[in-house]
Amino acid sequence: MDYRICSLTGLKINKPAEDLIKWNMVTAILFLAIGGFMGLLMALTRWPSVHYLDTSHYYRFLTLHGFDALLLWILFFEVALVHFTSAVLLNTRVVAPFSAWIAYALMLVGAAFVNIVVFAGKADVLFTSYVPLKANGVYYLGIIIFAVGAIVAFANFFANIIQARRDKAYQHSLPLGTFGLAAASIIGIVTLAHGAVIMIPVFFWSIDLIKYIDPATYRLVFWGLGHPSQQINVCAMVAMWYMTAGFVLGAKPVNEKLSRTAFVLYILFINVASEHHLLVDPVLSSWHKIINTSYVMHLAVLASMIHAFAIPASIEVALRNKGYTKGLFDWLKNAPWGNPAFSATFLSIIGFGFLGGTTGVIFGTEQFNIIRHNTFAITGHFHATVVSGTTIAFMGGTYLLIPYIFRRNLVLPKLAAIQPYLYAIGVAVMLIGMMAAGTYGVPRRHWDITFSNAIFSFSFDPSADMFLSMMGVGGLFAALGGAMFIIISLGSIMFGRKIQ
Amino acid sequence: MAIKEPERIWWKPFTRDERLWVAMALLWMMGSFVFMPVYHFIGAQNPPSETYRVRDHEKFRALVDGMVAKYKVGEDKGVPVVKPEPGSDVFMQASMWQWYPVLELEKGKTYRIHLSSMDITHGFSIQPINMNFMVVPDYDYVLTLTPTTAGDYYIVCNEFCGLGHHLMVGKMIIK
Repeated sequence: MDYRICSLTGLKINKPAEDLIKWNMVTAILFLAIGGFMGLLMALTRWPSVHYLDTSHYYRFLTLHGFDALLLWILFFEVALVHFTSAVLLNTRVVAPFSAWIAYALMLVGAAFVNIVVFAGKADVLFTSYVPLKANGVYYLGIIIFAVGAIVAFANFFANIIQARRDKAYQHSLPLGTFGLAAASIIGIVTLAHGAVIMIPVFFWSIDLIKYIDPATYRLVFWGLGHPSQQINVCAMVAMWYMTAGFVLGAKPVNEKLSRTAFVLYILFINVASEHHLLVDPVLSSWHKIINTSYVMHLAVLASMIHAFAIPASIEVALRNKGYTKGLFDWLKNAPWGNPAFSATFLSIIGFGFLGGTTGVIFGTEQFNIIRHNTFAITGHFHATVVSGTTIAFMGGTYLLIPYIFRRNLVLPKLAAIQPYLYAIGVAVMLIGMMAAGTYGVPRRHWDITFSNAIFSFSFDPSADMFLSMMGVGGLFAALGGAMFIIISLGSIMFGRKIQ
Repeated sequence: MAIKEPERIWWKPFTRDERLWVAMALLWMMGSFVFMPVYHFIGAQNPPSETYRVRDHEKFRALVDGMVAKYKVGEDKGVPVVKPEPGSDVFMQASMWQWYPVLELEKGKTYRIHLSSMDITHGFSIQPINMNFMVVPDYDYVLTLTPTTAGDYYIVCNEFCGLGHHLMVGKMIIK
């Protein structure tokens, strides 16, 4: 077997696992670069005094922004984590490198299909592609191929841990990081299967082999994919928090039972809570909506509350063990704030919890949803979860893994030390602007909220303009922080000083 | 450690801090869980769920046209203004990129507003009070609405419906 011992961590790293992690990570970063640039164009267009793009390019690039930044960057990174947690953390091998490469190839081909067809202007349907809005068949085909590839990649996770058990790579229980990715992989397979269930008939409909897709059924099944698949991100992100705390500080989960129970709560209860997207839809009865969005969702929120306790607690214990025991907050003062892997994790915990989670619970209420549905506040909410939560956590993960996997030091270390702060602050300003503008009724996914050529003229409260400008300024800082991340990460991978 | 296999027995009792935190969080969540259905009954601010299937768009269009012919009181920017009887069924048609017709409603009177789309999905967003509902083709969504404040209200489309999405503005006049 082809192994090397990592000089920094002592982990036994299998060559195919290393290659798979490298390729998936680099692909993820490249798609973040495209998706992030599109995000900058979005911010510049919705900033009222700039209003940069024309109508068709705005919707085209918005489609691409959602696909590349939400789906491709995050899922390719998660597949890198699949291999990292199942093979590297267990000091074992990737069982079937061939199928893992097939998965990678399928995901890449699907991603390329979607990117090309959207760039070509044949699929201006936005990320949700609500039927009967119709895109070119290649668009749906690309999504199906990508989803199949991702399902194969998640299946690889289970093959790896089963083989690890046979090889006695672990005795009784998986490390918590691996356990978290197991939860992510289970949710991944279930939700991506929803994607296949709805996208396959829609593909046949787009090439006129099926006559009719019911628009309400599409919305229901699409959100069976759309929201629960964000729980793949939550699980992978939380696992990344635990792992970063472990690698950087030697932190130990304070109670394995507590943390593992929380992951199980995610698996059991989040997959049903998808109907808060449909609270002001026709068709579903009130009871349907209430049961789906109240009971089940709150037990998943409980899981987040548990992690919100367990991770800071483990960080505190680890730092106190290092001797920072004076007073209540000496440990916090002496945390490694200059280490971008640590600071990104910390910022991600704050951003996800306080901005993302709270707004999600509020906006998902049956009655409150009437005044938030499809407004810019929703855009603010999911940027809080997916950008200031998952993306920042994965940026930290990139900084953590570059030395271990690519065996290179970070270039521009001083810039890397401030990058997470700049990015997190930019994103926070941007999304608070979005949420505030949304409270005035400003719609999401809208090219011109001044309605300048519409038959009836209507203008929003002028305060909305101020908050939209705030969004634009925050977006500029976020784009700057994002560009710094791309330069530092790709620069380190190519030119970083080699570690022996 | 999160990156290493835990010790053999990790199923250990919670400490006092953990018990306290989980109990607080669980109580809070259970409170939310119970209150959501309870508020459905005591709050009277619920999104409606009355829905009918529209098998033929032309039939819905005929209902709209019938209402326009019967209750038309004028025109606003070329769109008919309709003043239906209080308590009656009112039909609002969404299509790329128009809300049809303009409604004139009486303050304090209750109307059943039927929403349906002739083509793709639209979003019915009443501004500036900011209330939002979905308009899905092939379905008739019934909002039972009692306007409480007089004035001009605008209906903005807030679900992407193609290049003219931002042109789709309708009007409701409350007198």
